[in-house]
Amino acid sequence: MDIVSQALNGLAYGTLLFLLSVGLTLIFGMLDVVNLAHGSFYMLGAYAGIAALALTGNFWIAAIAAPLVVGLVGALVERGLLRPLYRRSSLDQVLLTFGLIYLFEDLIKWGWGGRIRSIAPPEIFSGRVTLGGVTLPAYRVFVIAFGLLVAILLWIVIEKTRLGAVIRAGVYDAEMTAGLGIDIGRVFTLVFAFGAALGGLSGVIAGPIQSAYPSMGISILIPALIVVVIGGLGSLKGSFVGSLIIGQAETFGKVWLPGVSMLMIYMVMALIVLLRPQGLFGRPLR
Amino acid sequence: MDQQTRRTFLRTAFIGGSAAAGVATGPWVLRARAQGAPLRVGLVLPYSGVYAELGNSITQAMELVFARENWTVAGRKIEMIREDDEMAVPVGVRKTEKLIDSDKVDILTGPVHSGILMAMRDKVHNSKTILLVSNAGADAVSRARCSKWIFRTSFSNWQPCQPMGTWVAKNLTKEVFQIAPNYQAGKDDMEAFRESFHPAGGKVLGEEYPKLGETDYAPYLTKIKQSGAKAVFAFFSGTDAVNFVKQYDDFGLKQSIKLTGPGFITEPDVLPAQGKAALGVITGHFYTPQLDNPVNQRFVKDFRDKFKDKTPDGFACQGYDTAEVIVRAVKAVNGNTQDKEKLVAAIAAVEFDSPRGRFRFDPKTHNVIQPYIYIREVREVSGGLANVPIDKIADVRDPGTGCTLPA
Repeated sequence: MDIVSQALNGLAYGTLLFLLSVGLTLIFGMLDVVNLAHGSFYMLGAYAGIAALALTGNFWIAAIAAPLVVGLVGALVERGLLRPLYRRSSLDQVLLTFGLIYLFEDLIKWGWGGRIRSIAPPEIFSGRVTLGGVTLPAYRVFVIAFGLLVAILLWIVIEKTRLGAVIRAGVYDAEMTAGLGIDIGRVFTLVFAFGAALGGLSGVIAGPIQSAYPSMGISILIPALIVVVIGGLGSLKGSFVGSLIIGQAETFGKVWLPGVSMLMIYMVMALIVLLRPQGLFGRPLR
Repeated sequence: MDQQTRRTFLRTAFIGGSAAAGVATGPWVLRARAQGAPLRVGLVLPYSGVYAELGNSITQAMELVFARENWTVAGRKIEMIREDDEMAVPVGVRKTEKLIDSDKVDILTGPVHSGILMAMRDKVHNSKTILLVSNAGADAVSRARCSKWIFRTSFSNWQPCQPMGTWVAKNLTKEVFQIAPNYQAGKDDMEAFRESFHPAGGKVLGEEYPKLGETDYAPYLTKIKQSGAKAVFAFFSGTDAVNFVKQYDDFGLKQSIKLTGPGFITEPDVLPAQGKAALGVITGHFYTPQLDNPVNQRFVKDFRDKFKDKTPDGFACQGYDTAEVIVRAVKAVNGNTQDKEKLVAAIAAVEFDSPRGRFRFDPKTHNVIQPYIYIREVREVSGGLANVPIDKIADVRDPGTGCTLPA
C-alpha cells in the first residue's frame, strides 16, 4: 500500500520531468546546443500561464497559450541569438544560454515581482481520487495521464511522420541531412521552438503542484539534465524511461534513504553512465 | 618691510592664527558636529529576490516611526542607509563591512538570514558596533555567541516553538509528526518544540528533513499519513511554506491531521499564495495584525494609510520596534552616540508599549522578552484570510544557555 502510493508519487513527478526533458533532449541531440536556458522556458511557461489565467480565467486556455508563447520566444532566441554561435565552441553557447537564465529571471521579476504565486488547478481536477486504498490529488492523476498522452503523440509524430523522419535524420547527422536538400536551418528553428514549447507546457502543468517563482527554472534544470544524460541525447524513448527512473529514484530516495536522498539521482546517473556512457538509448559514442 | 617679507609674515600669521583658533575651539566644534551630525542607521536586508517582501516590510515600519519623529532625534537628522544583502552570506558580510568601515554607521540593523547574522557577528562584536537584529532568529546569538553590542528586537527561533509543545500536547494531541527543511533553523525549531512536548507526555512519531527548496513533498506527505500521527508540527518559510501547505491540503491530510507550526508558515508573505489551503492551520507567533490593543490598532491604521492599504505583518512589527528602540535610546543619551557604553545601557533599559505588547530586552541575553506568544488559527475574515489569535502564552524568554554578558 505504502509502496504503491509512493510509486504513484514517483510517477507524477517523473511525468513532469519527462515533459521538460524531452524538449531538452531534442535540442541537445539535434542542434548539439547546450541549452542551459531550458529551465527558463519552464519558468516562462508558468508565468505565461498565470497571465493567460488572469486574462481568461480558464486553465485549458492557459495550458495552450503558454507553450505557444514560449515556443515563439524559443524561435526568436534560436534565430537571433544562437544561430550565430553554432560554429563556435560549446563554451560560448553555455555562456550565452547561462546569461539568458539571469535575463529571463530578471524580466519576470520586473513584471510580476519576486513573490511566489500559485496557479489554481482546473475545477474538475481540484479534488481527490481514491484508487484501491490510495488517495491522490486528482490533479496529479491528470498529470500522469497527460504525460502519457504527450509521450504517445510525440512518438507518433517522430516515428511515423515525415517531419519526424527529418528530425530524426537531423539528430543523427545534421550535415548529411542538409546535404539531402532539406532546409536544415528551418528545421533547427522548428525543433528549438518545439523543445521550448514543451518546456513551457511543462511549467504551466507543474504550476498547480509546485507554484511559480522567478528562480523555479534553476531547481528543475539539474534533474532534467540528468534525465537527458541517462536517457541518451536526442532520444525520445530515453527521456521517457529516464524520467520514470529518476522520478522513482527521487521519491524512494526521500522515503527510504533520507540522509542521502539529495545524492540519489547523481548516484543513479553515475551508475548508468559508467555502464553505458551513451545513455540507455543514446547512439554509441564515436 | 618689503613685499616678500610681508607676504610671508601674513601667510604665517594667517596659518598660525587659524591653527590657534582651531585648537581653541576644536573640541566644541567637533562635539557640535558629532551631535549635529546625522544619526546613521545602517540596514542589511534583502531588497531583491523572494525575501524582498520581508526586507521591505521591516524597512517600511522603520520609516513609519522615523517619519512620525520628523526624521529627527535629539537634534540629529536620521539617515537610513540601506544595503541589499541578496540573502547571500558573502554579500551580507561585505555590505556589513561597508556600513561599519566606510559609512561608519552609528547603529546597524538587520539581517533577515540567520547565516548572514552568524557570519557578521564577530565583525560587529570586535568593532564594537551596536547591532539591533531586526529579524534573524538564530538561537546562538542569544546563547553562546551573544555579545553586549548585539540586541535582538525580533525573536529567537526557540521562542515561537517551545511554548507550542505544551500547548499542542494539552489542546490537540500527544502524537505528533515533525517536519522542517534540512538546515540549522529547521532542526533548532523541532528541538525547541520537543523540549516542552516530551515532558507534557507527547510522543514524536516521525521526523523528516526535506531539502531547502524542495518542490515536491508528496513522499513526505504519504509518510505522515501512514505514521498515525494526529497532528504535524512543521516549520517552513517562503516558497517552501507555500508548496508544503498547499500540497498538505491537496493530499487531504488537513481533514484528519491538524497542521501546526511556528508563525512563519502562514505569515502574510505566503498566505495569499496558499489561499484556502491554509484555512485551519494553527501557528505560534508574537504578533498578528488582529491584536486588539490600542498601540497595534493605531499601528495597523497608520501603516495602511502610509503604504497603500498594506496590512503590517510580524516583520513590520519587528521593524517598528527596532526604530522605537533607536529613537528612545538615542533620546535617552541626548544624541551622544560616541559614548557607546552609555548607549548600550540606554538600549538595554528601553521599555515601551509595542504593537505586540510591552516590549523589554532580557538583560541576560539582550534578546526581546516576548510579552506573549499568540496561538493563532487561519480563518476567513472580512477582507480575506488572517491569522486570528485563539490563545496566548505570556512572558516568553529565551533560556540563553551559555550566554555570559558582562553585568
